[in-house]
Amino acid sequence: MTRISVSVDGTEAVDEVEPRTLLVQYLREQRGRTGTPVGCDTSNCGACTVLVDGRAVKSCALLAVQADGAEVTTIQGLANGELHPLQKAFHEHHALQCGYCTPGMIMAAVDLLDEVADPSEQQVREGLEGNLCRCTGYQNIVTAVRDAAAELRGATS
Amino acid sequence: MTTVHERPTEHVDNDQHPVGHGRMLRKEDPRFIRGRGRYTDDVQLPGMLHLAILRSPLAHARIVSIDTSAAEAHPRVKAVITGAALAGQGLAWMPTLSNDVQAVLATDKVRFQGQEVACVIAEDRYAARDALELIDVEYEMLPPVIDARHALDPDAPVIRDDLDGKTDNHCFDWEAGDAAATEAVFSTADVVVSEDVVYPRVHPAPMETCGCVADFDPVEGRLTLWSTTQAPHAHRTLYAIVAGLPEHKIRVISPDIGGGFGNKVPIYPGYVCAIVGSIVTGKPVKWMEDRSENLISTGFARDYIMRGEIAATRDGKILAVRTNVLADHGAFNGTAAPVKFPAGFFGVFTGSYDLQAAYCKMTAVYTNKAPGGVAYACSFRITEAVYLVERLVSRLADELGQDPAQLRLDNFIRPDQFPYSTPTGWVYDSGDYRATLREAMRIAGYDELRAEQARRRERGELMGIGVSTFTEAVGAGPRKHMDILGLGMADGCDLRVHPTGKAVVRLSVQSQGQGHETTFAQIVGEELGIPPDDIDVVHGDTDNTPFGLGTYGSRSTPVSGAAAALVARKVRDKARIIASAMLEVAPDDLEWTKGSFQVAGDPGKAVTIQEIAMRAHGAGDLPDGIEGSLDAQITYNPPNLTYPNGAYICVVDVDPGTAQVKVRRFVAVDDCGTRINPMIIEGQVHGGLTDGLGMALMEIIAFDSDGNCLGGSLMDYLIPTALETPDWETGYTVTPSPHHPIGAKGVGESATVGSPPAIVNAVIDALTPFGVTALDMPLTPSRVWEAMQGHATPPI
Repeated sequence: MTRISVSVDGTEAVDEVEPRTLLVQYLREQRGRTGTPVGCDTSNCGACTVLVDGRAVKSCALLAVQADGAEVTTIQGLANGELHPLQKAFHEHHALQCGYCTPGMIMAAVDLLDEVADPSEQQVREGLEGNLCRCTGYQNIVTAVRDAAAELRGATS
Repeated sequence: MTTVHERPTEHVDNDQHPVGHGRMLRKEDPRFIRGRGRYTDDVQLPGMLHLAILRSPLAHARIVSIDTSAAEAHPRVKAVITGAALAGQGLAWMPTLSNDVQAVLATDKVRFQGQEVACVIAEDRYAARDALELIDVEYEMLPPVIDARHALDPDAPVIRDDLDGKTDNHCFDWEAGDAAATEAVFSTADVVVSEDVVYPRVHPAPMETCGCVADFDPVEGRLTLWSTTQAPHAHRTLYAIVAGLPEHKIRVISPDIGGGFGNKVPIYPGYVCAIVGSIVTGKPVKWMEDRSENLISTGFARDYIMRGEIAATRDGKILAVRTNVLADHGAFNGTAAPVKFPAGFFGVFTGSYDLQAAYCKMTAVYTNKAPGGVAYACSFRITEAVYLVERLVSRLADELGQDPAQLRLDNFIRPDQFPYSTPTGWVYDSGDYRATLREAMRIAGYDELRAEQARRRERGELMGIGVSTFTEAVGAGPRKHMDILGLGMADGCDLRVHPTGKAVVRLSVQSQGQGHETTFAQIVGEELGIPPDDIDVVHGDTDNTPFGLGTYGSRSTPVSGAAAALVARKVRDKARIIASAMLEVAPDDLEWTKGSFQVAGDPGKAVTIQEIAMRAHGAGDLPDGIEGSLDAQITYNPPNLTYPNGAYICVVDVDPGTAQVKVRRFVAVDDCGTRINPMIIEGQVHGGLTDGLGMALMEIIAFDSDGNCLGGSLMDYLIPTALETPDWETGYTVTPSPHHPIGAKGVGESATVGSPPAIVNAVIDALTPFGVTALDMPLTPSRVWEAMQGHATPPI
């Protein structure tokens, strides 16, 4: 077992983990952050996407020990009292159905909008290429992300 | 457990504030956008153990021995279970939904790669996987049967030697229509066109895989099972039959499901193993399969090898359709279809056309592959039926030198012919197919597209336009004809109005993302005038919901939606009598305006449904014969299916250098009758079109000659990303179902059914300069390139 210190959604904790424990299982089973699901076993689907030190990563492809000393944000830490503009936009544009890809999709979009404040449709589609969705056909997701981008730009200008 | 510090409490934004039908944002969203959904793998119980399954590396082999001693010695392992152990309890085999049997854990031999051989129950999922590596299985390889075309060869090895007297790989024969009448039409027709049409094996691959948590309480003899099931009540009954537990001691809870798409209708060996594991260990046992296990062992879709023929007059009157189908069912017949329909509803292969005759002959065979067949939004094999007829009609148009849209317009069943009896015995309820196709042509700018195509073709560019029009058959079904293992395909609905006028409606169907928690509140809201926000929708828990057959085959709206409307009307009838006492007039003197009864001719004298609810629960006398409360329950047995339809137009560009297909435009016009929530319908259509895109262009579960599954992970089983998926253009027409209480038809699977032929027809149209007239899915660059060189081979 290895001792790690990780901040998850703003809460610091020191935990014992096996070196082979994947970050996603650490988050789900040791930290109770079940909002981040698992959708595949080959790092393709992106359902497990979280922010590690502000950057989107697939938490099924990172060991928990690699997150030692990092700040991890999951979907459950995104709302800061109020919903994040992306969460609101996903609801308003019907950008989710079963909801399983939604946490990873939103976290990947947070990173995308951090890099590109005013993405074109093509840039959104490219930016979310690492996140599979089986329900929506993506169209409403693209609309939601661009709508949230506009709201975020309005908030910061 | 995590502290819940963000409760989803904000008011559901409802941009048109409908009291019933209309665009309404979803009641489900607040929990999902916060990561507060509760899916099966989120369930954590005290002392819970984890189960992992050892799977066969071989497609066909006799099991010589299984040594589990090293696995049992693992310090964190609680139990190892083999087929031999299950056989001792009569549980090594289980019935399938098609009256065949399927091995839970293999006893005699393995019959497909990925088949369940043994399972380990350990303290955590890591240890369980470790212990799988410690099990030593000795196999004696047998030659596998992979190509269905050779399954009935005299020297083919017999896969199902477990069945008494079985000496071949024949699964069943089935036919529909009139062979002689069809032959008579074909023998005198001006034009006959034939085509070999393969619908390859694909997989629904929901984002969440299958899994469960089984919790057996030995003191009360009670089993609670959280599981990824689309049909919780049917599963409960089948567990009672399989496991011998009394039904009232089994509670199946289907929590939030991360997509189903037909993958979560059957009972899988993993569920049975987890139940046995919980009984053996006395602890809750969780089983969650990984993606590769999901792809190689759970219900596949399609795998029909079809020979189609269409007969017509020279001037374009379609007369008859005939087909011969070879169906690959894998090693066990696990098809999830009504018992009397072993080929599902493939009998609707006559499509939207007014034909003189039709005939289908089908042979189904066993092969060394995973079981399944009916899944992935197929509406019980209508995907295959529509693909066949829509390929044939487009092929005929080419042969006759006619425009494929015009040929369809000329041959549609006319509105005045409904209800229309097809040559294969289906009675379509309603449709205005010309109006639907004309709307699609209007949105697409069809004539201009054809002109553009002519210009581009002169420049050597490969632009194709594909048309597909379809009739679906959804809402199984009338219990006289339709049952799943003896359970009639009716659905229940309970409605309770609380004293303050809020309500709870309980469904027998089970959403997997289709928005039932929103739309069923809208259906009841429309009938009772109670705002949908004030109506809670409960589903998925067999202890707390009425019996019914679950969600698949786009049957929720046709069957359970009808039940919801009728149960609300039952409550309204009672409310009218109570209102008559409150207003001191005869019930017939009251008029219903949404949400209240008022005295005819005196709108000032009225009581709201909320006031009536309080009276029903409150003080004071009620009219004679009326008991307190404002509740009702109903079980709805549909008189017929509903038959939604659609017209799809696809525009593709094919890169002449790389053979890459790009879908440039796709117009989908759907008609599902009365529209309960247009926003949700549109989302269903977007998703289904994307399924169709995946099947048409990239998805396939293939096998090598040894029976190794190719496409057993997301590295090879390609699912469209946002990048390959175009912007969809949707439209609609409204032709209500005359027999449905609110005129609504199902729609969820329409886009998956209707889109693949539109895309394939478009690509073949684009390849006209190369003389290509037929091409099988998936239309990968290499396959399209081969076709351009004149030598495309069948995909399977």
